[in-house]
Amino acid sequence: MNMQVNPQELGLDPAPLLSVAGVSRFYGERIGCADVSFDLWPGEVLGIVGESGSGKSTLLRCLAGIDKPDEGQVLFRGGTEPLDIYSVAEQERRRLMCTAWGIVHQNPRDGLRMDVSAGGNVGERLMDNGARHYGKIRETALDWLQRVEIAAGRIDDRPRQFSGGMQQRLQIARVLVSEPKLVFMDEPTGGLDVSVQARLLDLLRVLVRDLGLAAIIVTHDLAVARLLTDRLMVMKDGRVVEQGLTDQVLDDPHHAYTQLLTSAVLTV
Amino acid sequence: MTTMIHVENVAKEFTLHNQGGVRLPVFDNVNFSVAAGEALVLAGASGAGKSSLLRILYGNYRPTSGAIAITHGGRQIDIVSAVPRTVLDIRRRTLGFVSQFLRVIPRVTALDIVRDPLLARGVSPEEASERAKAMLARLNLPQRLWDLAPATFSGGEQQRVNIARSFVDPSPIMLIDEPTASLDANNRNVVVRLIAEAREQGSAIVGIFHDEAVREAVATRYLDITDFRKAA
Repeated sequence: MNMQVNPQELGLDPAPLLSVAGVSRFYGERIGCADVSFDLWPGEVLGIVGESGSGKSTLLRCLAGIDKPDEGQVLFRGGTEPLDIYSVAEQERRRLMCTAWGIVHQNPRDGLRMDVSAGGNVGERLMDNGARHYGKIRETALDWLQRVEIAAGRIDDRPRQFSGGMQQRLQIARVLVSEPKLVFMDEPTGGLDVSVQARLLDLLRVLVRDLGLAAIIVTHDLAVARLLTDRLMVMKDGRVVEQGLTDQVLDDPHHAYTQLLTSAVLTV
Repeated sequence: MTTMIHVENVAKEFTLHNQGGVRLPVFDNVNFSVAAGEALVLAGASGAGKSSLLRILYGNYRPTSGAIAITHGGRQIDIVSAVPRTVLDIRRRTLGFVSQFLRVIPRVTALDIVRDPLLARGVSPEEASERAKAMLARLNLPQRLWDLAPATFSGGEQQRVNIARSFVDPSPIMLIDEPTASLDANNRNVVVRLIAEAREQGSAIVGIFHDEAVREAVATRYLDITDFRKAA
């Protein structure tokens, strides 16, 4: 009995959006990340977990076009032709990063312009992508502020007048307004109070589902991974030690390190 | 009737790497099939591996060896070796899991939790709400709770939200782990009827029920897990 089914035959998306092959990054003698390979399909959310120093942020920076890996290839299929993001010209990579991709930084200050109004932060991305009609830009910005639960009355305030949780929601609006196909998030709820975190997580969960986004989320918080991701990669010392469906990896971990991580979580 | 689940030579052993590499064999050489319209009840003492087997059928635990053919979209697919997005598609359209506990998501209301599987299958929001409300009412969850997030609900109330979510649109295969543990007799009977209705509509059921009356009302067949217990 042949039971190996190609997902294509089930009507699932044919080609991966991102194909990563043998990506490594070294800091001198030290390994940042080593020999990481995976495919990501449209609509899939991949979590990368591991303790501090395990290489997850280094990997994310390689994948997101920020740091060139020393070895390996990152292929992105946004249009028809797959694009090797580190062999194209710098300019083209930049353009890709602000149209087809979005990056949510752990610290909202890294992703926002702190001296530009909230509406401007969101509208700017639309203008980068060619929007010119002021009224429409403001209208779209307003719509997005409301989607991330920022009151319309705050549209002209600057991010430095916002709380940390609001800044993070504003950053998310700024990233998602240009309707990226792929979003990278580095500890999106790090540094926030638990109650603020819960609200942000629920917001992300709904947005990712409604927009059908593909996303790669780096987190050290296994509860965040369980809530937001479909698949999980566990990293230790720069290498992927275990990967699979999120609930499989968390509920039936096979690698010693994953067993250690999952058993170290305190339940409230 | 159509075979919905076919289990072939499944074995499971846990290895606890951080506790001296202790190996815990659970079962070995498990073989059985379940057809549409059947309700197979797993029997065996506590610790025999009933829940582990149910989780393996769902693709949640990975068996040490063996294959499990799930009939999905008219074809048989091995859920053990399927890639993650195939497993997720199987769960979305074919395979439901009813656990003892509700995984509460902050801020999501009871009604939204119950509506969710309908929306995921493309039902219109209006129809999804109507059906979700009818199901919550049938399980006697007070209407004042429908628009609240279940974090503060009692165990029995949470369990009924969970059951409503699972039975609002029964899957072709339903895996059920102790759904009536904290319910009163009245609601227990509602659950028994829901299971029977799903089965009569052609769902294949595999379940674990500690309550003997529930077990007898639900089962069309029993499987004793102890028979597969690995000789340790």
